Amino acid sequence: MDAKQKDKLATGILYAIAGIIVLLLASLLGYILIQGLPHVSWHFLTSPAKAFEAGGGIGIQLFNSVYLLVLSMLISVPIALGAGIYLAEYAKANWITDVVRTAIEILSSLPSVVVGLFGFLVFVLQFNFGFSILSGALALTMFNLPLLTRNVEDSLRQVSFAQREAGLALGLSRWETVIHVVIPESLPGIITGMILGAGRVFGEAAALIYTAGQSAPALNFSDWNPFDIASPLNPIRPAETLAVHIWKINSEGIQPDAAAVSAGASAVLILAVLLFNILARFLGNRLYRKMTAES
Amino acid sequence: MDPIKEAMLHRSKAAKLERRGRWISFTCISIIVLVVVAIFSFVATRGLATFFDNKVNLWSFLSKTTWSPAVKDAHGAPQVGALPMIVGSFGVTFLSAIVATPFAVGAAIFMTEISPQVGKRVLQPVIELLVGIPSVVYGFIGLSVVVPLIRNVFGGTGFGILAGTFVLFVMILPTVTSMTVDALSAVPRHYREASLALGGTRWQTISKVVLRAAMPGILTGVVFGMARAFGEALAVQMVIGNAALLPQNLISPASTLTSVLTSGIGNTVMGSLENNALWSLALLLLLMSLAFNLLIRWIGKKGEMK
Amino acid sequence: MQNYSLTDTYLKPFDAGQEIAIATKDLKVFYGEKEAIHGVSLPFERYKITALIGASGSGKSTFLRSLNRMNDNIEGTKVTGQIMYRDLDINSNAVDVYEMRKHIGMVFQRPNPFAKSIYDNITFAPRRFGEKRKAVLDELVETSLKQAALWDQVKDDLNQSGLSLSGGQQQRLCIARAIAMKPDILLLDEPASALDPISTATVEETLLRLKDDYTIIIVTHNMQQAARISDYTAFFYSGTAIEYDETRKIFTRPKIKATEDYVSGHFG
Repeated sequence: MDAKQKDKLATGILYAIAGIIVLLLASLLGYILIQGLPHVSWHFLTSPAKAFEAGGGIGIQLFNSVYLLVLSMLISVPIALGAGIYLAEYAKANWITDVVRTAIEILSSLPSVVVGLFGFLVFVLQFNFGFSILSGALALTMFNLPLLTRNVEDSLRQVSFAQREAGLALGLSRWETVIHVVIPESLPGIITGMILGAGRVFGEAAALIYTAGQSAPALNFSDWNPFDIASPLNPIRPAETLAVHIWKINSEGIQPDAAAVSAGASAVLILAVLLFNILARFLGNRLYRKMTAES
Repeated sequence: MDPIKEAMLHRSKAAKLERRGRWISFTCISIIVLVVVAIFSFVATRGLATFFDNKVNLWSFLSKTTWSPAVKDAHGAPQVGALPMIVGSFGVTFLSAIVATPFAVGAAIFMTEISPQVGKRVLQPVIELLVGIPSVVYGFIGLSVVVPLIRNVFGGTGFGILAGTFVLFVMILPTVTSMTVDALSAVPRHYREASLALGGTRWQTISKVVLRAAMPGILTGVVFGMARAFGEALAVQMVIGNAALLPQNLISPASTLTSVLTSGIGNTVMGSLENNALWSLALLLLLMSLAFNLLIRWIGKKGEMK
Repeated sequence: MQNYSLTDTYLKPFDAGQEIAIATKDLKVFYGEKEAIHGVSLPFERYKITALIGASGSGKSTFLRSLNRMNDNIEGTKVTGQIMYRDLDINSNAVDVYEMRKHIGMVFQRPNPFAKSIYDNITFAPRRFGEKRKAVLDELVETSLKQAALWDQVKDDLNQSGLSLSGGQQQRLCIARAIAMKPDILLLDEPASALDPISTATVEETLLRLKDDYTIIIVTHNMQQAARISDYTAFFYSGTAIEYDETRKIFTRPKIKATEDYVSGHFG
């Protein structure tokens, strides 16, 4: 075989690989949606799960996922902003910064199950939060922080140093300049990163099974006092999320319709993740255009 | 006295804000560092208890094949041989990396060298979506499609390393691909032009010049993928069969460090040997993740030197 | 390019009657180990325009940026010596650097308006410093924009983004933003180098008008510009102020060979 033929063959193989990957995603999505969507109904989305019989829904799990997501973002976003600002604005080129960067790198590469186990050890047992929304949110925060921080840092660095000098030359502090000038300008990148982070958090299960727990006690959706045990807002109640639910019914589920429920739940999860992706792109682009708008 | 001079000799509001801001941001970064330190110290304390409190021999922990912490052997020592899990973890990690790498590199070459148009418009979003799919969904599909398929084709239960490999292959494929794309795009244009000008075909240029120049970056991507595979818990746990036995072949039920951890930690009592032994597995997992990190750094340094 | 002596210098002495706005004494700037400015002592007269000229890398910009301590923000940079302003050495730690910069403003080489509206560009800093009255802010916007010769072009739409203006307009917006702080001294670092000739001319006219109220120190690459607008000129060479005199003298009868070669275009 001469070089020309080899070239043709290689090109053919590369096309085939690209095709296989596209097909892989298409069949994954197709399988989940075709299997799952028929089960998705208003009833499915709103009613509680059943342990031993068919016909259970995912209402509580869905609410738990959203609540956990919101809570963990509320904790992690401010910390990530502060940490990102430190790295982009204040960190000097010295050993402390090296240590900090290494720590973030290590945290971002830790298996999420280890993060979950640590959360179990510290929040559930040591701090006595039990299996709860709070423990779960803190575990998710640890899981989410390194990526958010890096995203904030990168987004801040996208803004030219001249903007900081402009603020400083007016007698403003670096901090004020960053908060009021640099952050608004880097908002498209920051928001995109946050939404993508939210998508990851929404689908995460390994960090949650031993922190937020694997049970979803019934909730009273008319009681919004966060201190009541049946209140959906109570942060100290156990809260199985959608992703944990899928894992749970597949590994030890005894419902007769386990496969159908997990297909439906998977479809919902996938659609949520898709939504996050599209939202991130759309909002990012829109904000970006707004910021750089030529009038 | 000159009011401006006066003002300059006092600490301004801006200076106070700056101090506060520095302090706030430093606190935030300290929290992250603290978390990392805490994770290591807590997991290490727990994980080392097996060896110090329960007097389990480190070597037998790593090399013995019987995992039943509740049972004592003839010498009265608990049977905590983690080798089956270690073999399982490394098995699925290496196998999935071996399968995923050619696909990832092929896809990356397609995206950067063959058809950047289609690459950007079709493959890029496909890869991003694959990253976004939660691991439990991969696990669910593995359980409901891959395991029955293996059962029908090869017999047995269908659970095992092969199923785990297949699921992990899909999961690490996007990671390795996108990092390979970055590595290939970083190869300067004139490398390709020089080779093409010398009469090389496109494939010769890619295989002899571009891939060679991008090798450190591609390796980093593969190690990243392996780190992800090694640490993945639920998807693997759902399809591997969860039998703490040394795998006889690719389709016999097996287990990994993560799978034993996820199914076991809730069923043991804190402080008991059974529990400590599980934490030793977690420590092993942590150390491996550190090792992957070091490996990536080392490759990066090697690449820079070239 | 030949090497000129760094000790062969002429620095014009000022009379006791001339009011000095700001003066450096033995100012040295270090980048890490490297000494970039070798002990420069220059006084700057009040309500005059002083131009700093010299080839790229002569240290004129570094010197200018030291005057309001902008070099503090560059890691690894150290400035020694004194900068006397209102009988205070503002290079000492006793002086609040933020308060000082309110009175010694700066305009940079590349226009750097905030990604905010024209109105917000100008009022951002005053509002941060506590001015909340709408009428005062409106007034401030109008006078600063008028002083910067931008008012007529933008008065109909003060809400448009500062980034939507042309390069020359952006630079005048930056000047307006700086003078809205009502500083004593305005430092300009090659403010026209990124602009076309027409915009440059407008900026120059603006500066000539501003000198009634401000002491202006301007770094420029363009000798014609220095000759057109400045009262005094300092020639920098290799981190040293070689010659400092009335502009007219620098350009017609320079006392030092290096200056003569530079202004006649032999190097630079």
